[in-house]
Amino acid sequence: MDYNFHWRPVFKTLPDLLESAILTVEVAVLSMVLGILFGLALSLIRIHMTGPLKWFAVSWIELARNTPALLQLFFFGFGLGAFGIHFSPFLIVLMGLTFNNSGYLAENFRGGFNAIPDTQIRASLSLGMNSFQTYTRIIIPQVLRIVYHPMTNQMVWAVLMSSLGMLVGFRELSGETQFFASKTYRIFEYFAATAVIYYVLVKIILGAAKLMALRLFKY
Amino acid sequence: MIKISNLYKSYDDLEVLKGINLNVSKGEVLSVIGSSGSGKSTLLYCINGLEPIQQGQIIVDDIDVHASDTNLNSVRQNMGMVFQQWNSFPHLTVLENVALAPRIVSKLPKAQALEIAEKQLRHVGLGDKLSKYPSALSGGQQQRLAIARALAMEPKCMLFDEATSALDPELVGEVLDTIRLLAEEGMTMICVTHEMGFAREVSDRVAFFHEGVIEEINQPEELFGAPKSVYLQKFLSKVKK
Ligand SMILES: Nc1ncnc2c1ncn2[C@@H]1O[C@H](COP(=O)(O)OP(=O)(O)OP(=O)(O)O)[C@@H](O)[C@H]1O
Ligand SMILES: [Mg+2]
Repeated sequence: MDYNFHWRPVFKTLPDLLESAILTVEVAVLSMVLGILFGLALSLIRIHMTGPLKWFAVSWIELARNTPALLQLFFFGFGLGAFGIHFSPFLIVLMGLTFNNSGYLAENFRGGFNAIPDTQIRASLSLGMNSFQTYTRIIIPQVLRIVYHPMTNQMVWAVLMSSLGMLVGFRELSGETQFFASKTYRIFEYFAATAVIYYVLVKIILGAAKLMALRLFKY
Repeated sequence: MIKISNLYKSYDDLEVLKGINLNVSKGEVLSVIGSSGSGKSTLLYCINGLEPIQQGQIIVDDIDVHASDTNLNSVRQNMGMVFQQWNSFPHLTVLENVALAPRIVSKLPKAQALEIAEKQLRHVGLGDKLSKYPSALSGGQQQRLAIARALAMEPKCMLFDEATSALDPELVGEVLDTIRLLAEEGMTMICVTHEMGFAREVSDRVAFFHEGVIEEINQPEELFGAPKSVYLQKFLSKVKK
């Protein structure tokens, strides 16, 4: 063991690393927002519909949950690329993560919807609220509480999963780290620093989620 | 006010209502009694348009509830319904529970909706619980909350589905008192109930349900005092025990 640690290069490029960390957060947050919307839609289709739409939703959910996230990413990158459909690395990662998030969240939402008793729907309708109002005012707020913790986990997972982006050429935090590490040969130092950044990011997200839960769920 | 003619209703193969004819006039209090599974709840769901019907007609306040061009949401605004299971909205405060429908269905300004909600909550004796969440209420209080919530829409009639059957005995009284108060105020009501004493005291008429038909309907003194149907006699003697 005569390895000499050199942290200087890491500190010098720290601003670049942090900038790429913002990209990581950006793609994770966007993929979560889209994932929640698609996940809600998928779960509602799976619960209420039959026919091709249901088949489509079930396939999406099954594929998202039961195949490697990396393959899902490659599909949107190289898979579609083979057909001449090309997207920017950012979009590839965004689509891959959204696909994955939607599948997992859809199943969480489905559990949430099933946990709300039918009597809540009846009570709401009997007051003259229409189905849309019933869902947006009565059902979904309660479902969101039920799925809040799984949702936070998925958010963390999205941040960590986005590191796969470097394999499709996306210079998010991991991609950027890889770039500097191979340029300077300070491989251990760079990946150690990046691990710390990921760790801090995740802790911040979990803390923020906790604070938000306190504000949102008073009952 | 409520006119039901030749009503048939089945769940898949199970025929639950088999030709119901019933008129409830304005200001009348009708109690519905009968053994479990005889279709009492189903009748209320059909009146409220929560369940489709197979045959017949239900007219509430001159509107055919099950006609294809009827806007059910607006029909339901004229009918308040209180269910067997407590179903306050757990994520809203007591005040918000009651103010929600006036605000988003009747489209009242927020301040006015809150004012109405507060008034109705005082009416049912929950004036000191406005900012509590339903989880902090007892079963009886939750049922009174449900009553206030329905009343806030200023319905022309109220449907009660065994509003007290899920309650501990000591909480039944407060809910019945609230319903009694409405009766005195002249509210048109159909009350499905297991409380024979209550039915006897507050109703103008009592209907006995048996296997999907109204087996007997009469003023309470006659129906309880001199029941004609054998089934009703059996039912009453069972209930008394
Ligand atoms: N959604 C449903 N699907 C299928 N069958 C149902 C449904 N709801 C009720 N039933 C059946 O219809 C019949 C009448 O039910 P209903 O709830 O109207 O009876 P009830 O007189 O209110 O009984 P209880 O006093 O127990 O409340 C019962 O046999 C019940 O099993
Ligand atoms: Mg019933």
